[in-house]
Amino acid sequence: MKRLFAVVFTSLTCTSVVADEAVNIYSFRQPFLIQPILDKFTAQTGIKTNVVFSKKGLIERVKREGKHSRADLVLTSNFSSLIQLEELALTQPINSKQVASNIPAEFRDPQGDWVALTKRVRNVYSSKMRTGELKSLTYEALADAKFKGKICTRSGKHPYNLGLVASMIAHHGEAYTKTWLQGVKENLARKPQGNDRAQVKSVKEGLCDLALGNSYYFGKMLTDDKQKAWAESVHINFPNQTNRGSHLNVSGVVMTKYAKNPDNALKLIEFMTGDEAQNMYASVNMEYPVKPGVKLSPLVASWGSFKEDKLPLSEIAKYRPVALKLIDEVKFDL
Amino acid sequence: MSRWHVAAWSIGVCLSTPLAFLIFESLQGDSEVFAHLWNTVLWDYVSNTVLLIAGVLVLSCIIALPLGWLAAYCNFPGRRFFEWALMLPLAMPTYIIAYIYTDLLDYAGPIQIKLRDWFGWQSPNDYWFFDIRTLSGAAVMIALVLYPYLYLIFKTALREQSFKLIQASQLMGLSPMQSFFKVSLPMARGAVVAALALISMETMADFATVHYFAVSTLTTAVYDTWLGYYSLTAAAKISGIMLLFLFVSLALERLSRKNSVVHERQASQNDETLYQLTGKRAFLATSYCVLVLFFAFVLPVAVLLGYAFDYYEQAWNSEFFLYAWQSLKIAIWVSVAAVLLSLLVVFHQRIGTHTSKYLPGKFASTGYALPGTVLAIAVLLPLTLLDNKINEWFSETSFEPGLLLSGSIFAMIFAYVVRFYAIAHGAVEASYVRISPSLDMASQSMGKNRMQTLSLVHFPMLRRGILTAALLVFIECMKELPAALLLRPFNYETLATHVFQYVSDEQLELASISALLIVIVGLVPLYIVNRSMEQHSQ
Amino acid sequence: MSSLILEKVSYQYQQQAVISDLDLTVAHNEIVCLLGASGCGKTTTLKAIAGLIKPQSGRIAIHGQCVSNKQFFVAPQHRNIGMMFQDYALFPHLSVFQNIAFGLSKLNNSERNTRVAQMIELVRLEGLEKRFPHELSGGQQQRVAIARALAYKPNLLLLDEPFSNIDTQVRFQLINDIRSIIKDQQVSAIFVSHSKDEAFAFADKLAIMHEGKIAQLDSAKTLFQKPKTKAVAEFLGQGIYLDAQRYNGQSVTTQFGDVSSLITLSQSQTSGQIYVRPQHLELINDPQGDVEIVQQRFIGTDYVYHIKVADQQLEVPAPAEQLLDTTKPVSLKIKAHAVNFFS
Repeated sequence: MKRLFAVVFTSLTCTSVVADEAVNIYSFRQPFLIQPILDKFTAQTGIKTNVVFSKKGLIERVKREGKHSRADLVLTSNFSSLIQLEELALTQPINSKQVASNIPAEFRDPQGDWVALTKRVRNVYSSKMRTGELKSLTYEALADAKFKGKICTRSGKHPYNLGLVASMIAHHGEAYTKTWLQGVKENLARKPQGNDRAQVKSVKEGLCDLALGNSYYFGKMLTDDKQKAWAESVHINFPNQTNRGSHLNVSGVVMTKYAKNPDNALKLIEFMTGDEAQNMYASVNMEYPVKPGVKLSPLVASWGSFKEDKLPLSEIAKYRPVALKLIDEVKFDL
Repeated sequence: MSRWHVAAWSIGVCLSTPLAFLIFESLQGDSEVFAHLWNTVLWDYVSNTVLLIAGVLVLSCIIALPLGWLAAYCNFPGRRFFEWALMLPLAMPTYIIAYIYTDLLDYAGPIQIKLRDWFGWQSPNDYWFFDIRTLSGAAVMIALVLYPYLYLIFKTALREQSFKLIQASQLMGLSPMQSFFKVSLPMARGAVVAALALISMETMADFATVHYFAVSTLTTAVYDTWLGYYSLTAAAKISGIMLLFLFVSLALERLSRKNSVVHERQASQNDETLYQLTGKRAFLATSYCVLVLFFAFVLPVAVLLGYAFDYYEQAWNSEFFLYAWQSLKIAIWVSVAAVLLSLLVVFHQRIGTHTSKYLPGKFASTGYALPGTVLAIAVLLPLTLLDNKINEWFSETSFEPGLLLSGSIFAMIFAYVVRFYAIAHGAVEASYVRISPSLDMASQSMGKNRMQTLSLVHFPMLRRGILTAALLVFIECMKELPAALLLRPFNYETLATHVFQYVSDEQLELASISALLIVIVGLVPLYIVNRSMEQHSQ
Repeated sequence: MSSLILEKVSYQYQQQAVISDLDLTVAHNEIVCLLGASGCGKTTTLKAIAGLIKPQSGRIAIHGQCVSNKQFFVAPQHRNIGMMFQDYALFPHLSVFQNIAFGLSKLNNSERNTRVAQMIELVRLEGLEKRFPHELSGGQQQRVAIARALAYKPNLLLLDEPFSNIDTQVRFQLINDIRSIIKDQQVSAIFVSHSKDEAFAFADKLAIMHEGKIAQLDSAKTLFQKPKTKAVAEFLGQGIYLDAQRYNGQSVTTQFGDVSSLITLSQSQTSGQIYVRPQHLELINDPQGDVEIVQQRFIGTDYVYHIKVADQQLEVPAPAEQLLDTTKPVSLKIKAHAVNFFS
């Protein structure tokens, strides 16, 4: 009886089962960002890749699918997801000498459960016309009364802002951070809304003078015909250069615990941490590569070098839940 | 215990399993996150949700009631065109219309920039301009897309009212306006409340628009708790609050129907209209239709066309037709399934004698108020469990089925059916009550069994209702996004998911052609249904 | 002064004349019935009077005031007309009380209550004020409808086939009731029907409509005795046409012998056709008779014989005690009646 079913089901599903050799990816990043790299990988190795993109819920999907999950890799756009996947024990160690040599230790999980692929800085943009460059700006100063009604940002609950708040807690403690958050909220020119590009646009239009945003958006805007004017109206500032350095976030990758195709998946990770892929991240996506020695895109390089906040990401990630609570408590988004 | 009984209850139970799993999940303890929310932002979310729903309902009434009245009772230039054109905004996804209007009306948008240029204003302090990214802005956007539900249902209800009642009220000294408020509207109350219940559920389930407009509602809370606090339990609890809203609106609808159990005769009106509008009135009527159509449809489509023209090279994608075909496929599957299931359930409701006959339909409709992603998770819960069981069962054999249900297109179809069953049920039920019960008896007395009665008598008479149901579900499927994103198999791209990856990066321009395709594909069924309705009435 | 005057009123719908050059006058406190086959334009006439449709030409005046002519049109809500519809058109969402009070918005609360109470008493619906229309019998619904139409003291009452949904057993009782209510309220009324029995019982005068025109407006008796056209005569009942010559002022000659007339025949017409109705015929067994009996039917007190004569068919009643032998020839005898010549 069961055998009969087995035969029937096999015949039914063989069409839908994805080719064995292919690497299956759940991606939090938009396909148009990663597809060029995946195409290159396929061209070089002959290994196909399949992608499901969603901004939400992929972790839950991996979790629920359990050992039958077809996903081999999960690509994330921030470190919180990496660490959540690890905490839920949905990952397996990435054992590769090549990856270890490509990526510095601070951008890998000590147990090898995740690897960062790109870095992005949480910058502060300032209006060229009204504020000028702010070389000695700190994140802390964003709560100063002098910026009242001058700051724009996206939702406080977006992972990029959450990461920043978590890092504030890691450095200064909960009580300070809450007061700081209240101060920033007081200084907002408008209710948090839009994405990082929209903030820069608002600075150009004079709605606010300062805006929080990730570095690669700035680069992307400068290469877009329509958005170039927005980006050209602001300076990009790297905060906290005089002390601990600017806050970083990373995009990264994990191999799922039940990966059906770990060998090819590992090959893809190795490829993504290698020179060629890192170069593409840098030049096409305007991100900071994690592999040392990979050349920045000339545009990104023109913003100058900067000091990074060296606090380990896993340390920051600990404070993420608290950060979210504080944001709710001060009603940052409301 | 008839076959019908078993079938209806199976459908009811099947379609409510996702919700049952979610409720079970919400009982798993973890009250800490919930308590924190309760103490901080939950009440803001609740009040925002209530205000948003209220706003959308009021605006929908303002837009749709006059339009429904004009289309049903008046003759004015362009009536035939507007009668169906006013349904077009249904094909427009809310997140697209929201995006477009924000782009236009934002401080940094072209309209305000032009105004600043003209008047020499320098900063936002120099002038006042309404802020589109607010609760009221969101309400306007949602109402612009959802008003056709009310328009459609109200128009049909008015058509079924006998002209004589309006004439009687006129003879007793009421102006057309007075008789609208004292006769037409109160008599259509049941239909209006039903439509408003539909609209409020859609509003409650909306995430994309409120998120884009930075309006925190209960949906936001669900996402925050689940994705921020990693607490599916607390998220499920908040979904519970939303369900409460759902049940209240369902109860209100039922109550309003109870008070109007009168079997209104289908008036044997021909194509006659009650009021022939001329001169200033005709101008006003036509202008109002033009205005609504312009803002809800023409302008957004024009903007999309503009994007498509400007960004043609980046927006063109050779796989459009594949995406469109995949969207179409899912939408067709789901509309057929939802309509067939609702037919069975409603038929059971008709032949049943016990009051419990309404329960399967109620159960099956519960998925409607759940936001897409929550529903997707709720669908994953039972499907993955079932998949694991299937794999266990086969474990002795060498065969490994893998994720038979949750990993295939089945998961998407199932989720969509759960989400949109309520629409199909409502439309089929509404046309069912108009079939006189004596027809059933006649059919049975002539030796036809229930299946034959269903197929020979009810089915042909329900044709219009079924078509409407299928159309509404189809259009919703074309637009539905979150469930598709999360549940699709590898490399399965629909138009909506393709559009979303750009919208999520605030670059709709690059997906403008796909967005236009969504609208165009949605227009086809609208046109077909309208044609069939016109033929029917002739 | 007349309550209503229609002069040369015409109305076309989709290029088809529904009523054409119609004239009608209704005197004060008079009940006129528009009687005609379906499709003859009687309901359209009613709608034109009410203002529910706008005639393309002609003039309508109510109580001496013009409400419709080529340049001028008064909307229905300003005509103060009461109308009772075939299906009563009671508002299903309003109670009996609210339905009757519906047209009384100009009165204040206590006046309104008094007026509704009067009307409820008038139509004997005490105790049913709070009921909804679907909780009433057909007769009760009808009484609500008449109360509603009379409550606001209309200038004119229009009734569109008001009795067609009522059981035959109670119909004539109701017709009497409503007639006396209307007479009691001293209001002119126009009443549309296709049943002459209803019309005779209800109306003071009957206007027979034919092809969008009023063929004849007269009392029931005059219509019967002096129908102006064959259409009118035929509408009022079956009969046969027989060729006849005027013999003198009191009688005519036909193939069935001389027939005496109860009314004086004028000298202007010496020959033509007369229309003979069954009640004026008598059948007798006669070996020379040339009438054929097609069928015989028992209907209680009488027999009805279906006969064929002069290429025309007719049903003739005959008392049961005068049973005819249907196998044998029969001849006709025409009783004295009001003879009317058609040319």
